[in-house]
Amino acid sequence: MIVIIDTGCANLSSVLFAIERLGYEVTISKDPVVLQQADKLFLPGVGTAKEAMNNLIDRDLVAEIKKLTQPVLGICLGMQMLAEGSEEGFAEETVINTLGLVDGFVQKMDVAPLRSPHMGWNQITPKLDEPLFKDIPAGSYFYFVHSYALPVNENTIASCEYGTPFTAAVNKDNFYGVQFHPERSGKAGAQLIKNFLEL
Amino acid sequence: MLAKRIIPCLDVKDGQVVKGVQFRNHEIVGDIVPLAKRYAEEGADELVFYDITASSDDRVVDKSWVSRVAEVIDIPFCVAGGIKTEEDARRILEFGADKVSINSPALADPSLINRLAEKFGTQCIVIGIDSYFDEETGQHQVKQFTGNEKATVTTKWNTFDWIKEVQSRGAGEVVLNVMNQDGVRCGYDIKQLSQARAICNIPLIASGGAGEMSHFADVFNQADVDGALAASVFHKQIINIGELKSYLKSEKVEIRL
Repeated sequence: MIVIIDTGCANLSSVLFAIERLGYEVTISKDPVVLQQADKLFLPGVGTAKEAMNNLIDRDLVAEIKKLTQPVLGICLGMQMLAEGSEEGFAEETVINTLGLVDGFVQKMDVAPLRSPHMGWNQITPKLDEPLFKDIPAGSYFYFVHSYALPVNENTIASCEYGTPFTAAVNKDNFYGVQFHPERSGKAGAQLIKNFLEL
Repeated sequence: MLAKRIIPCLDVKDGQVVKGVQFRNHEIVGDIVPLAKRYAEEGADELVFYDITASSDDRVVDKSWVSRVAEVIDIPFCVAGGIKTEEDARRILEFGADKVSINSPALADPSLINRLAEKFGTQCIVIGIDSYFDEETGQHQVKQFTGNEKATVTTKWNTFDWIKEVQSRGAGEVVLNVMNQDGVRCGYDIKQLSQARAICNIPLIASGGAGEMSHFADVFNQADVDGALAASVFHKQIINIGELKSYLKSEKVEIRL
């Protein structure tokens, strides 16, 4: 069973459709029993870290997500939520604690003189032999749209550069995350979702 | 490197894709979903759907097609038309749109931009600007309610001042539509777009005037915009998106093939 965790964020349906286009059945749920029984889970997110974290707290999902042992793929803000904390909130002086499932803190991207947000198709550099990037040609473009990012660290499995290098994909234990939107990244994105589902 | 984007624009009226010349005399081009699918397959980087009647008729865009587009399309798309509240935006994003574009309602209530940016993040808030260059006064004027010629008004805003204003309020992208050029296919307004570029620190999309492939190379190489939007040259199959992108690559424009 494939489950999209119902985080209350707005882009659930585009992730759902992308999985269905690959011929898989998928359920959207926030029920702890359904989450525990899933073979693979997606953690989508758009919006701000503060709003998304409040959604998880309101839905009693924080502890439920932390105890998952199956492969979980965070997408965009969903990936950022896996990190230890984020600068992104209404008052940017404070760091918001996020799930702490992968290393590092999400920061505002320093891209000047380039434009922010980082919006559009960019190329990434995956580590060799990463199963998430199997059968994806080198130089493939993925669709990004974000102004905060996780710096490159030991959990980074693919990096991207915009102004400075940042984490495009991350993995620690069963938790995976991608900063780009595979559901909106054409053939390369579809292959990545397929790779995750076949892990 | 971040690629420059080619963005077909589908003007939607009553559930059909239409195209008029300088916002008049709309003719039906085709159904939304097959056209959207064709553009995605040809290599479009993004799609924009404008419900051109929504704002001026004081009604909300019919959203059932947004979900049908989201089902079949694997590239990002943006929806515009009559989005006046956070709730309007939320519904469109829930149907599967990646971004919402606000034009007339942002002019009526600029604080809407702040509220949407706080709620959904700046990255999915696009501001569409219809700019008209008045030769008599030499002024770049922002127009409102352009979906209906009779309802169109000239606002108090100078185009460049409005771009600065929307940025400061949290817009994530600007689509600058130069009305003098719209539908006439004699090239983007490089001068105006360059002036806009100089003060625009968020992504800037050029709109209005594309007629041949060299116009796209010119607007990327000379005005340094992040994307180029066009409608009629794609609808009428004057330019094929795949061929355009190969051409741009040969013109040293960073492009996704």
